[in-house]
Amino acid sequence: MTPLVDRINPLTAIGVALLVDVVLLASVDVVTAAVAVLAELLLAPLSGIRPARLARRAVPLLAAAAVAGVTISLYGRTAGVVHLRWWLVVVSDGSLQLALATALRILAIGLPAAVLLAGMDATRLADALGSRLHLPARFVLAGLAAVRLVEVFGEDWRTIALARRARGVGDTGRLRRLPGQVFALLVVALRRAGLLATAMEARGLGAAERRTWSRPSPFGRLDVLALAAGLLVVALAVGIGLATGSYRVVLT
Amino acid sequence: MPAVVEARGWGWRHAGRRPWAVDGLDLEVAAGERVLLLGPSGSGKSTLLAALAGVLAEDQGESRGSLTLDGRQPRAVPGRAGLVLQDPQSQVILPRVGDDAAFGAENLGVPADEVRARVTAALAAVGLDVPLDTAATRLSGGRQQRLALAGVLAMRPDLVLLDEPTANLDPAGVLEVRDAVAGAVDATGATLIVVEHRVAVWAEVVDRVVVLGPGGALIADGDPAAVLEAQGRFLADRGVWVPGRSPAVRRAPLAPSAPILSTERLVVGRDRRGVLDVPDTALPAARLTALTGPNGVGKTTLALTLGGLLPPVGGRVLPAPALADGLRGGPWSWRSRELLGRVSVVFQSPQHQFLTGTVRDELAVGLRALRRTPAEVAARVDELLERLDLVRLAEANPFTLSGGQQRRLSVGSALAVPPRLLLLDEPTFGQDALTWAALVALLLEGVAEGSAAVAATHDPELVAVADGRVALERERAVLA
Repeated sequence: MTPLVDRINPLTAIGVALLVDVVLLASVDVVTAAVAVLAELLLAPLSGIRPARLARRAVPLLAAAAVAGVTISLYGRTAGVVHLRWWLVVVSDGSLQLALATALRILAIGLPAAVLLAGMDATRLADALGSRLHLPARFVLAGLAAVRLVEVFGEDWRTIALARRARGVGDTGRLRRLPGQVFALLVVALRRAGLLATAMEARGLGAAERRTWSRPSPFGRLDVLALAAGLLVVALAVGIGLATGSYRVVLT
Repeated sequence: MPAVVEARGWGWRHAGRRPWAVDGLDLEVAAGERVLLLGPSGSGKSTLLAALAGVLAEDQGESRGSLTLDGRQPRAVPGRAGLVLQDPQSQVILPRVGDDAAFGAENLGVPADEVRARVTAALAAVGLDVPLDTAATRLSGGRQQRLALAGVLAMRPDLVLLDEPTANLDPAGVLEVRDAVAGAVDATGATLIVVEHRVAVWAEVVDRVVVLGPGGALIADGDPAAVLEAQGRFLADRGVWVPGRSPAVRRAPLAPSAPILSTERLVVGRDRRGVLDVPDTALPAARLTALTGPNGVGKTTLALTLGGLLPPVGGRVLPAPALADGLRGGPWSWRSRELLGRVSVVFQSPQHQFLTGTVRDELAVGLRALRRTPAEVAARVDELLERLDLVRLAEANPFTLSGGQQRRLSVGSALAVPPRLLLLDEPTFGQDALTWAALVALLLEGVAEGSAAVAATHDPELVAVADGRVALERERAVLA
């Protein structure tokens, strides 16, 4: 069973993620960010993505939030009661609050992308860009080819690393030999890119004035629901932020 | 309407090259004819197909004379000709089978409903009976080639061009693709031009054989049997695989010897996921063993595991004392430098394992890792250069060599510190008959000097030369 989120039109997914992110990027307070994170966490299960997978996607976000939080709590602007002072490090009420707000903001901005965009199918996105936004076919298909190539490069890099062990030079000098390994990947990559380009041209790439996008890229009820969910997150976060008087906009 | 092809004094020179890849070619192919195009490496066969398919752009070189498809420039009639290339993996354009098959027809602007109907028909025509959302990258090589053919058929081409479509396939895959091509051409009546080194497979499907010489000179043209009779010797001497003229390395199989490595309830796979249960096998010392089995069965994974590059997912790899030479455990637990002189692995694509900027340095890598003296290194490298016929290219960058030279270099560098066990992944793949013979001679020299060689291969000629064979089957493997 495909998760519900994979049945949303990719353009809707991008739109909703953008909507939430633009609004939250504009605000810097704890309450707005906290409400947004809470609302997002409550809505995330509706995406149909298994919790374990969602957790894996959130790992980089959590790491970024933690790093930013710790750094700001140690070095952030000093205000209110000072809890700890050691060389350049000053932990104060002010720095702790800012740290919390920053960590929550990173989560609030990152979560929609983790839910809506991280698992997006490249082919469906290309279909939507081509048939709905009418972007130039060459541009869309080049993007699609790039996705395909990145997949292949990962495999190539692993093989090149194995080959180094086989040649007896895998124990030491990793850094010293890195340029050679990168060069090998580049050569292989160029060859692969050339082959893929030829394969695409051999199938008539750029032949017709107007390319057909044969797979429909529909908008439906699910898209309306996704949009509603995005609006709900934004409305709750900003509404509660304003109601509690804690809402603050960047640059003020 | 099947297409008519006409070349009049046609020539093509790739940008940045001095010699013409093809020059002064005169050739006519009638509507609906099926032509097998033969010739040694460098005779411009692929260039001709690329030009007919319209994938040679003006900025990629210069042309002279004329080459026409139904009297028009091939690039002016996109979609009239469809081209299937050699490497199955690199022709997968979209990840799902149905999407990939539709790609060509979509590019031609065929209406959406019609595209879907054509895809269904094309997949049926090549006998690819899988759900449309099957992952194309997971198909076997033979199925991927049939998928590429289906993608071309969905374009309804009047000229089908095949550039060594079966060179990378196992024997079953070769026949699969050949029969799919024959069936499809029968049904559509399209004109067909096939380039292949392996003549035997295609001779019965075509009704005309054309032989090009170096630079695209027309050497022979006519009925398959007659041309092969008259020109067989010429072709075989120039690397074409002519039936009955295989570059047979005559050799009596050696009797079995004591094992150098054995396996016990071994399960191989990647990322801790098993793909193949290997029945207990013993590999004989100083013998050539062929490791055979269908595409995707896990031959490469097994070779890499035996070579200590991947950890066993289950069971054990047990080196004989002669191989371990004082080390404990299996090859996976040994350090990279400890593998030298014990186990070497030659990868399927030589480019993956080049580490240095010159052929000379490439051969010296292992010797230097073992801290041999410069004099010792130089002596060994000079000897190898001589044997590999790479003396003139000693200072060249390995990436600039031809495919056959790269392959010899990668085998040579694996033999530089003679290993007791040499594992090779498809060592003869893509070789013409001449480079094939040079390579097999090199391998057999290594075996004669005491290395156990194990080659994962589809190549029936190589299997015929081997002393023994381990045949893998899906889900299990059988020692034959």
